[in-house]
Amino acid sequence: MSVCIDNCEVIENSQVAENIYFLKTVAPNIAREVYPGQFCNILVSDYGTPLLRRPFSVAFREKNIIGFLYDIVGMGTELLSKVDVGEKISIEGPLGNGFNIDGSLEVALLLGGGIGIAPLPFLREKLQKRGINTLTFWGSKTSGKLNLSLFDNIYFATDDGSEGFQGNVVESVGNLWSSISHANLKAYACGPTPMLIAAQNFFQEKNVPLEISVESRMACGFGICQGCPIKSADSDEYKLVCKDGPVFNSKEVVL
Amino acid sequence: MSDVNLSVKIGSLELKNPVMLASGTVGYGEEISRIVDLTQVGAIITKSISLEPRKGNPPERIWETSSGMLNAIGLANIGLKRFVDEKIPFLEKINTTVICNIAASSFDEYAECVKSLKDIETIKAFEINVSCPNVKDGGLLFGNDINAVREITSLLRPITDKPLIIKLSPNTASIKDFAQAVKEEGADAVSAINTLVGTAFNIYTRKPRIKNITGGLSGPAIKPVALAKVLEISRDVDIPVIGVGGISSWEDAAEFIIAGASAVQIGTANFVNPKISEEVIEGLRSYCTAMNISDINDLVASYTL
Ligand SMILES: Cc1cc2nc3c(=O)[nH]c(=O)nc-3n(C[C@H](O)[C@H](O)[C@H](O)COP(=O)(O)OP(=O)(O)OC[C@H]3O[C@@H](n4cnc5c(N)ncnc54)[C@H](O)[C@@H]3O)c2cc1C
Ligand SMILES: Cc1cc2nc3c(=O)[nH]c(=O)nc-3n(C[C@H](O)[C@H](O)[C@H](O)COP(=O)(O)O)c2cc1C
Ligand code: FES
Repeated sequence: MSVCIDNCEVIENSQVAENIYFLKTVAPNIAREVYPGQFCNILVSDYGTPLLRRPFSVAFREKNIIGFLYDIVGMGTELLSKVDVGEKISIEGPLGNGFNIDGSLEVALLLGGGIGIAPLPFLREKLQKRGINTLTFWGSKTSGKLNLSLFDNIYFATDDGSEGFQGNVVESVGNLWSSISHANLKAYACGPTPMLIAAQNFFQEKNVPLEISVESRMACGFGICQGCPIKSADSDEYKLVCKDGPVFNSKEVVL
Repeated sequence: MSDVNLSVKIGSLELKNPVMLASGTVGYGEEISRIVDLTQVGAIITKSISLEPRKGNPPERIWETSSGMLNAIGLANIGLKRFVDEKIPFLEKINTTVICNIAASSFDEYAECVKSLKDIETIKAFEINVSCPNVKDGGLLFGNDINAVREITSLLRPITDKPLIIKLSPNTASIKDFAQAVKEEGADAVSAINTLVGTAFNIYTRKPRIKNITGGLSGPAIKPVALAKVLEISRDVDIPVIGVGGISSWEDAAEFIIAGASAVQIGTANFVNPKISEEVIEGLRSYCTAMNISDINDLVASYTL
């Protein structure tokens, strides 16, 4: 398990939806190793402001290229959105533990809330390559048409009902539940904490295994600063989101 | 002139170069060894160890500030026993100088820790954390009280022959008095500085950004403060100083050495660039070559005021 820090050329950095940017970079060393659910730490400024790297899930991989989907929420992501094609950015990765795909899996449900959709296209591609039937659900506040093939065949849920199902993403899964095959099913979710809690409750009740990708503030991103604790479900200890996660079996941690 | 001497001595501790990795910013070496060649650094200083494991503070533990970060990790560590059983075997293998940092919440605990670890060959020196501001019943109390710091040093000195480095808190009126006190009690060196106490609020929820309310400020923001503390000690007290605080480049390291540091530690910068130590070592070498300095020790406290 080696971690690389490479200066990677940006080959695309464009807005693909109201709140989503798509960044593609040439990163052969990371592309070779990375698997779905892992993340990279991107240096957004060469001049020390902001100081710390920013964590982003890998959303896409094709040969030596990796891609990220991100939302502008502050200075770091704002600066990232201004990087031009042809420039190089320092990317550290792959980091953390990603999603597990069990051998017996037949149907996978992928749930993304807001920018929590980010790790799911890469996961979906891997699942489909293995011949696993995948259903992807994406919830957002309002309609956000995506001009990106990464998002074909998605069930939308919007809070205002402007597109797809009206309600949250977990409710939209519930809405289709009777038609979803129950044999060897597993769910994967990434999004804001309230959504993950709703998913935890829903799939626990249905007795379906669930893996969640969680977020935390991070400094190092690889297990040395101890800045990213999450409460463990089975002991009084903390786990580290960057090292033990960011993907956890939903029964392992307390949200 | 590529044969610049970068090796330094801190008391009886010989280092191949003056660049160390600071406690709490390299864990126990394992994770960072996947990114950086630890055999190249002068020394690594392990995360503060206490007698019993500590699970640390609840989140949020960190918050980024202008050119720096606040942390209130709460000295989360695996405790002395697991450190010896699980981490020492790894540290033994990596062929680098290991300095063991110790934190405690009582005088007895400090003594107990040093007693249990003093015969471990891999540990070449002890750095005593008297100044961690994070744990309510520990850090602040000792680090701010000159008598307590003096007592800890005098208690530990007879226990081990290995170099004893006292890591000083900047959150005091006169750091040089602390340096003088530990020198009188037989410490081999001081590290300066640990983090500065700071806080930050969310103006909408009006709550602190860090669960612990206050945290320790580190990173480039504290460099001028750390540099002034190093200078203050080096001007008045005859004890080796290890400079730490905001070092993010070889230029920063050179500045500390000129201000009186015999060696330096890199902390927060490891998070941003885990390979920073290699760059600092190479940078110092080139700088010495360019400046016609054949021995880095000639640079120590070479300021003109
Ligand atoms: C493992 C992991 C994977 C992530 N993957 C993605 C991704 O694929 N796409 C994406 O857009 N974002 C992702 N994030 C969140 C992303 O890291 C933050 O949005 C980013 O760091 C914000 O930086 P900033 O400087 O723009 O904002 P800041 O000014 O630092 O903060 C602005 C806002 O963002 C929130 N924020 C900041 N840092 C984090 C963080 N580390 N985790 C959660 N919230 C944060 C703050 O609470 C604040 O409200 C991920 C986070 C983690 C921990
Ligand atoms: C996340 C974090 C954890 C730290 N943990 C410790 C610790 O366990 N023991 C200790 O003596 N110092 C600890 N420190 C302090 C550093 O070793 C160093 O003194 C301080 O951060 C200033 O240096 P810097 O600006 O280069 O980071 C910690 C610092 C950070 C940022
Ligand atoms: S971010 Fe440093 S340990 Fe997780």
